[in-house]
Amino acid sequence: MVYCIGHSIISPLGAGSAANYEAIQSGRSGLKIHTDRFDDVEPFCASLFDEPQAFVPLCIRTIEDALAHCTSDICHLPETVFILSTTKGDNLDLLTPAQQIARHFGNPNAPVVVSNACTSGVCAQITAQRLLEAGMYQYAVVVGCDIQTKFIVSGFQAFKALSPAPCLPFSPERKGLNLGEAAATIIYSSEQPAGSDERLWTLETGSIHNDSNHISAPSRTGEGAYQCLIDVLRGTRPEEIALIGVHGTATPYNDAMEQIALERAGLQQTPISALKPYFGHTMGAAGVLETILCAMQVTNSTSYIRPSYIIKMLSGFGGVNAAIRLKIEN
Amino acid sequence: MRIESQIEITPASVVLNGKAIEVKESGDKMLVELYRRYAGDYPKFFKMDTLARLGFIAAEILLQERVTESREKRTVDAVILANRSASIKNDNDYLATISDGQYYPSPSLFVYTLPNIVTGEIAIRHHIQGETAFYVLDKPEQLEQIIKSQMSNHRSPIIAGWCECSAPNEYYAKIQIIWNN
Repeated sequence: MVYCIGHSIISPLGAGSAANYEAIQSGRSGLKIHTDRFDDVEPFCASLFDEPQAFVPLCIRTIEDALAHCTSDICHLPETVFILSTTKGDNLDLLTPAQQIARHFGNPNAPVVVSNACTSGVCAQITAQRLLEAGMYQYAVVVGCDIQTKFIVSGFQAFKALSPAPCLPFSPERKGLNLGEAAATIIYSSEQPAGSDERLWTLETGSIHNDSNHISAPSRTGEGAYQCLIDVLRGTRPEEIALIGVHGTATPYNDAMEQIALERAGLQQTPISALKPYFGHTMGAAGVLETILCAMQVTNSTSYIRPSYIIKMLSGFGGVNAAIRLKIEN
Repeated sequence: MRIESQIEITPASVVLNGKAIEVKESGDKMLVELYRRYAGDYPKFFKMDTLARLGFIAAEILLQERVTESREKRTVDAVILANRSASIKNDNDYLATISDGQYYPSPSLFVYTLPNIVTGEIAIRHHIQGETAFYVLDKPEQLEQIIKSQMSNHRSPIIAGWCECSAPNEYYAKIQIIWNN
């Protein structure tokens, strides 16, 4: 297992994990209708920054914010690897921004970019865990980011996947997804921080499975997601899971698929958290941002037993599914 | 880790386990030639972008040779690929459909504007329900490190390697079947 030692979210709802957590607690959403953001594109409902953000500076801000909560600056160390989770990067370039970010922090290692469609943010955490557990690095700075562009919005519109109004995950009335932009960071360490009583979590296990069914439609049986859930449940029982952060895109097929996978895994009684009505689908940031907020939902509450376990799951184009299990002790 | 077999494909050559495979065509046409010779029964191939065609052909040849030579019955467990340029060639093709004055976004091109789609195409073709993942990296050695860190999870062999298409008729694949032991 690996230990979270710091995290951060910067989204249209605020700067810092705490500000974002408070925003959703008070029911604020970043979603609104945009009519003139991009040329030619039809009006769309999304969560966008008021001022368009540049990719690399946004990533740097969220990493700096995450570091501010760490006891020591680990970014420049040769024991640290930077892992960027993104689908479209900085204007379709994924490698250069990752290199610029690592260089900004004086890190000597070549960064890793995980681009596994909408599952990237969870897959990046799984990659971090493996590299740390194999002893190749001691720290991993996992940053997830995507900025909305004419490219992405036009594509999802052409795909008829967007909801004209704020999305409704797991509702019978759901009509599709909303896009969003954000950057989020989680810093993992292979060693438990000494004397830390901070309310953080450990990443215990993760799993990635393909549906082997269709490149742009989820499996009707939830096969890949189900297999991920079975993997991450190993060593625990369904009733020990306090919360499941679903993907919950609010497209008709995704949510139905997740429902089937959860039922097959015996998790139909477990509370779920679907955060896209607040942030939209933040793509490469989603897995990082939603992991942080699911964890905060448990750490900030006294109504959960300790230890509590959380599952965060995602699915994406290419038929890929991913899930991780977190443990919260404090 | 043990490498069972390896294929290397450039726009002018195909080399399987050190032996050249003869081809008449080159560039994008060569991938179609290889499709007709090694598959031919999978018309979805023609919907794929070049990156997906490249990975598809590489996996097709690797897995077919495997059946005929070693009669290995155990299935492949995962598909882990990487490159430097993600899906840039197809991204540019899609961009052309949303350019100023020519706005008619193509959903069928948009689907391929993600580099991991090639891993999904291989998984569908060969019924692989294990892990599929795509990494964007500066150097192939980084992929080796990532593979090493996860190999103990895989009891069956995996398909892993470099798969890149940066422009029309410009591509490179070096893909292997790798065992944990």
